[in-house]
Amino acid sequence: MSVSAAGGVTRVPAVEGWYTLDHEPHLIGCRCAACGTYVFPPRSGACPNPNCDSEELVATPLSRVGTVWSYTENQYAPPAPYRAAEPFEPYALAAVQLEKEGIIVLGQVPKGIMAADLKVGMPMQLETDVLYREVVDGVDTEFMVYVWAPAGPSAAESIGGRS
Amino acid sequence: MSDRDLVVLGVGMHPWGKWGRDFTEYGMVAARAALKDAGIEWKDVEYVAGADTIRNGYPGFIAGSTFAQKLGWNGASISSNYAACASGAHSLQAARASILAGFCDVAMVIGADTTPKGFFAPVGGERKTDPDWLRFHLLGATNPVYFAMFARRRMDLYGATSEDFARVKVKNSRHGLNNPYARFRKENAIEDVLNSPIVSDPLRLLDICATSDGAAAMIVTSRAYAERKLGSLNGVPRIRAVSTVTPTYPQTILELPDFATDSTAVVSPPARGFKDSLCWAAYEEAGMSPSDMNMAEVYDLSTALELDWYEHLGLCAPGEAEGLLRSGATAIGGRVPVNPSGGLSCFGEAIPAQAIAQVCELTWQLRGQAQGRQVEGAKAGITANQGLFGNGSSVIVSV
Ligand SMILES: [Zn+2]
Repeated sequence: MSVSAAGGVTRVPAVEGWYTLDHEPHLIGCRCAACGTYVFPPRSGACPNPNCDSEELVATPLSRVGTVWSYTENQYAPPAPYRAAEPFEPYALAAVQLEKEGIIVLGQVPKGIMAADLKVGMPMQLETDVLYREVVDGVDTEFMVYVWAPAGPSAAESIGGRS
Repeated sequence: MSDRDLVVLGVGMHPWGKWGRDFTEYGMVAARAALKDAGIEWKDVEYVAGADTIRNGYPGFIAGSTFAQKLGWNGASISSNYAACASGAHSLQAARASILAGFCDVAMVIGADTTPKGFFAPVGGERKTDPDWLRFHLLGATNPVYFAMFARRRMDLYGATSEDFARVKVKNSRHGLNNPYARFRKENAIEDVLNSPIVSDPLRLLDICATSDGAAAMIVTSRAYAERKLGSLNGVPRIRAVSTVTPTYPQTILELPDFATDSTAVVSPPARGFKDSLCWAAYEEAGMSPSDMNMAEVYDLSTALELDWYEHLGLCAPGEAEGLLRSGATAIGGRVPVNPSGGLSCFGEAIPAQAIAQVCELTWQLRGQAQGRQVEGAKAGITANQGLFGNGSSVIVSV
């Protein structure tokens, strides 16, 4: 999957099949066809529920909004295979709880939104951001990753204003 | 004493440090020290349970045979275990199973490591289907990121402060001052911690344990063998329980190195989370309770994680760990000293050796040999440890 962005840059997901790159992006998880439990990242094979022997995990979009379970901020560049910008700019990460799916998903937070801007229980919404940029076979390519951004009031309402 | 108890006949360690030498050198020092402490010869050992290290090539993957060969093939049976940070305890469990099944009477449990500088990074190459590789690639989710999220929850939910986390470091730095095996033997003040740079907010450099070289070994035996050798087992430390349980689905805490938790959509969370269940399985096997413990050695990968362990171990209720720390109960001289050895804070982490080192410390404490850090009158202690991918352990030792 690739999306053309302005200025002749091609956008591709940094990993295939985990999230969409449309203007309302969402994570792609899997749901067990038999018991209905969810998994993320998406995968094939056995359902993780010990009471279920299904082998059929079906790809499904996950909720775009959730609440902060916890968060942090990297002050030092992580080691490879993370491709840190130079000079390194600190960035935040958040683990966000999705109510319907009953899972917590860890992600980066958009650049410029720091730990001090976050709080456990805060509503968040899924977006995408550039992870790194590289020329691939002569094509200027942005490798995109999902990020958790503080949600606007409408998104907050759709998760019932939980805190 | 129970027929299921194992006797700890001898323990030994190589000091923790950072030299980057062959890990087997350290292991040999620990092995010989444990044999000497046990008063037995290498030829008396019938089983070697090696804790693996994945960073030292083939010899690291076959630790049991690596050390058996290094000590000189003696025909002993062997096993090699990898269970991340719990590898040492899983090795102890393998030795214990062999002894309790009657396959042998005398076993050596051994683990040693040599470590690279800086953050633990994943194994090299591009591995886009390996979640451990992807967490670094997509998120830059280092190990301290996960420790930091636990710490942040304590702050937002329970009102913990950076000073509270620093107090854990101050306590452990005092405990480890006189421990000859500790790598860092320097007293830290609260300000030292607060003035160290933030690594993963809210955790600072001095809140996070280092990676170290080190080795630990022990000789464990059947009760019958120890009685023949020692006569009386009065005052001799015994392994009362070894818990190596895995989580129960669904796991609702975001654990290193996962992207996501299990789902609670169709199965409710278990009554006890993973770390609680590790500790309680040990209590249940030993027929003991948290109030029976005179000390604990816990896996303080970060200062804040030590506070989490107080609660998982049942030393206090959730949200009360900061109060327990401030009361002085977990310092030597208090009701239940935690990490009298100085913990990972003073040792740094030498993965395959660490869970063994925890039991070595309890052994010295229970024998009254923990000079300069003795928990007076200690009769029982518990260890707790957690590694990646559902590996963890808890061991109870008593006299
Ligand atoms: Zn299922």
